[in-house]
Amino acid sequence: MHDSQSTAGPATVMQYETENPALRHHFADAQQQKNAASLGMWLFLVTEIMFFGGMFCAYLIYRLMHFNAFAAGSQQLNIWMGGVNTAVLIVSSVTVVLAVKAAEAGKRKVLVGYLVVTVLLGMTFLVIKGFEYAEKFEKHHVPGPTFNFTDKFDDNGKQIPVNSKEAELFFSLYFAMTGMHALHMIIGCGLFTGLAILAWKGHYTPTYFTPIENGGLYWHLVDIIWIYLFPLLYLISRHS
Amino acid sequence: MASEVASTTIPANQTLKLNYLNNGHTLKSWLLTTDHKRIALLYLVSVSIFFFLGGIFAMLIRLELLTPEGDLLTADNYNKAFTQHGMIMVFFFLIPVVPAILGNFLVPLMIGAKDLAFPRINLLSWYLYIIAGTLFLHCMMNGGVDTGWTFYSPFSTEYTNTNIIEAGIAVFIAGFSSIFTGLNFIVTIHRMRAPGLTWDRLPLFLWANYATSLIMILGTPVIAITIVLVAVERAFHLGIFDPRLGGDPLLFQHLFWFYSHPAVYIMILPSMGVISELIACFARKRIFGYKFVAMSSVAIAVFGFLVWAHHMFVAGISLYAAMIFSFLSFSVGVPSAVKVFNWTATLYKGSISYATPMLYAFGFIGLFTIGGLTGLMLATIGIDVHVTDTYFVVAHFHYVMVGGVLMGYLGGLHFWWPKITGRMYPEAWAKLSALFVFVGFNLTFFPQFILGYVGMPRRYWQYPPEFQVLNVLSTAGASVLAVGYLLPMIYLLWSLRYGPIATDNPWNAAGLEWKTSSPPPTFNFDETPVVTWEAYNYDEIPDVPLEVPVAR
Repeated sequence: MHDSQSTAGPATVMQYETENPALRHHFADAQQQKNAASLGMWLFLVTEIMFFGGMFCAYLIYRLMHFNAFAAGSQQLNIWMGGVNTAVLIVSSVTVVLAVKAAEAGKRKVLVGYLVVTVLLGMTFLVIKGFEYAEKFEKHHVPGPTFNFTDKFDDNGKQIPVNSKEAELFFSLYFAMTGMHALHMIIGCGLFTGLAILAWKGHYTPTYFTPIENGGLYWHLVDIIWIYLFPLLYLISRHS
Repeated sequence: MASEVASTTIPANQTLKLNYLNNGHTLKSWLLTTDHKRIALLYLVSVSIFFFLGGIFAMLIRLELLTPEGDLLTADNYNKAFTQHGMIMVFFFLIPVVPAILGNFLVPLMIGAKDLAFPRINLLSWYLYIIAGTLFLHCMMNGGVDTGWTFYSPFSTEYTNTNIIEAGIAVFIAGFSSIFTGLNFIVTIHRMRAPGLTWDRLPLFLWANYATSLIMILGTPVIAITIVLVAVERAFHLGIFDPRLGGDPLLFQHLFWFYSHPAVYIMILPSMGVISELIACFARKRIFGYKFVAMSSVAIAVFGFLVWAHHMFVAGISLYAAMIFSFLSFSVGVPSAVKVFNWTATLYKGSISYATPMLYAFGFIGLFTIGGLTGLMLATIGIDVHVTDTYFVVAHFHYVMVGGVLMGYLGGLHFWWPKITGRMYPEAWAKLSALFVFVGFNLTFFPQFILGYVGMPRRYWQYPPEFQVLNVLSTAGASVLAVGYLLPMIYLLWSLRYGPIATDNPWNAAGLEWKTSSPPPTFNFDETPVVTWEAYNYDEIPDVPLEVPVAR
């Protein structure tokens, strides 16, 4: 792995590596450090998938048990807000990729720009999500003593028999899953704000931008979870 | 050499070598350290405190069960006592004990690295452990929890008045401590091995910790989200697990045991790794079937994820699911048996010596075999239905989790004590306490097999008088066991000051960790070692008779 470097000029490589301020003492070289950091990040993403996996498992089982109630609940969700949010997140994933590219090319201002845009898109998502939650409160679709689910109808306006308790279960899962996702978005926005500040201070160079890459991996994962949440929660029996 | 090991004071003319222990004496140098060896010692202290706390609850339980009447504790307090005992022992002792203490200390040393891949995350996981522990203690002081360590819904979510949410948050945070440890180990073992240390030269302790870490990162997040769902359900009266609200309590049990069964392997696998090291060293032989022992660790980790519903045979799962889970549970017996048979085969024609760590290794093999075989009985649906929720189950998992894990831990702690502290422990006292532990353990838990088989249910504070004889035996055994556990604490502390100075390799052992000084310098090796030998090359190491120094 390191053989190619030594043929390129062992003296300068060695000199550079001992001087690299980002290299922590316990790693042999920058490559080992980068490999360790990215493997660590991937493993962390695995734990995140298992974490959300518990809720996806609960969703799957209850959707099979109470399909009608889930379909009726799903049709009460605001597909426009959900759809726009999906688009916002997909665009933010693109800006993350562009940020990593900019870091690789060493374009500091471009990097900061894309990081800031990503944070702004993330906040847009959260604001829209906030309006969506507010709508749920107004319609009494928040699980709890005030929960009220009387609007039961299908696309043709026909009455569907829906157990209100089962619909409440759908909304419980809706809030648990999107709430946990939103928490991850908030953490992501904080993370990217920090990365933007450090990038502005010139922390990252074309040879050292692992935190940008790893932050990007986190952002993409949170996006992908939403990509699954959107159809599973919003699009049950929407076909007409 | 004899005079060298027997001296208890460092000669005045010899300049003291800088090691990780004397490299900084301030409190800050300990609390803000990123040195994996110091973090291991921080864990050693904190985990030991929790062990003795959990032990106090165990004594309360045993004292209450000394008589058939409920005379020492009320029923409610008895519920709390066994719950605190279980939660402390499982989440704050058994899960971190071997990986976080011995693993933290040894993983970088065994692979020739300066530290774990993420030293600051390593420190963070200790702080998470402390925060979780403090929260749990606070919860305990405010009345504790009475659900049993299993948090079964709907009792935990609807009915109990105790502070489930706080205990849940504590377990959640402790879980993240263990996730970070696992993540750190996997990355370290993948990325930080010294030149020449290929996967098939890796010590089996590392294979075991690698398999454990896989379970930690795959299983622990599931218990984390399960606890979040319980807390949310309790706080906002959602219906995720409540059948009255459309939920299903079986789902809770599935999610809970999806982690909590593999968690048993989180506890036992690192101890199995320790035993592999001990058997090879004290039989002076290469471990028999190295690759099989290594792969059996991974196999246990994989199969361990496929057996969880054997905790639910009477909970109302379908008969066909139960049959499949019964079959899969049997299949875990195969890699476990591979280990036991290979250890035994390693002993064959070995030149065996009986230092304290080896005594614990023998104890482990015996107790784990009993624990494992009764596990197969429990995997049989018919027998399981008969003994579910009886003392038979209690005896079975104590044989595995106490008999197995603690034997491995104590054996390993004695084995690596000279490396950790630079001092030898007093051999005679150590042998005595190993005897106490073995006899006390069997006296405590063997009667419980019989009790359970004849029908004494677990988690009751009263029992019919005909069960008293066996319960008295069990309580007597627990007292012997307590002495066996208190003795090492006293003589190990004593040895810190008065133990004979240890040489770099007092056991003449093969591992890389013995090739640096005792105690090791802060960065473990003065120069990065290059590994050119297979693991356990005892046939190439001159067979010096093991003179274990005795303190007088």
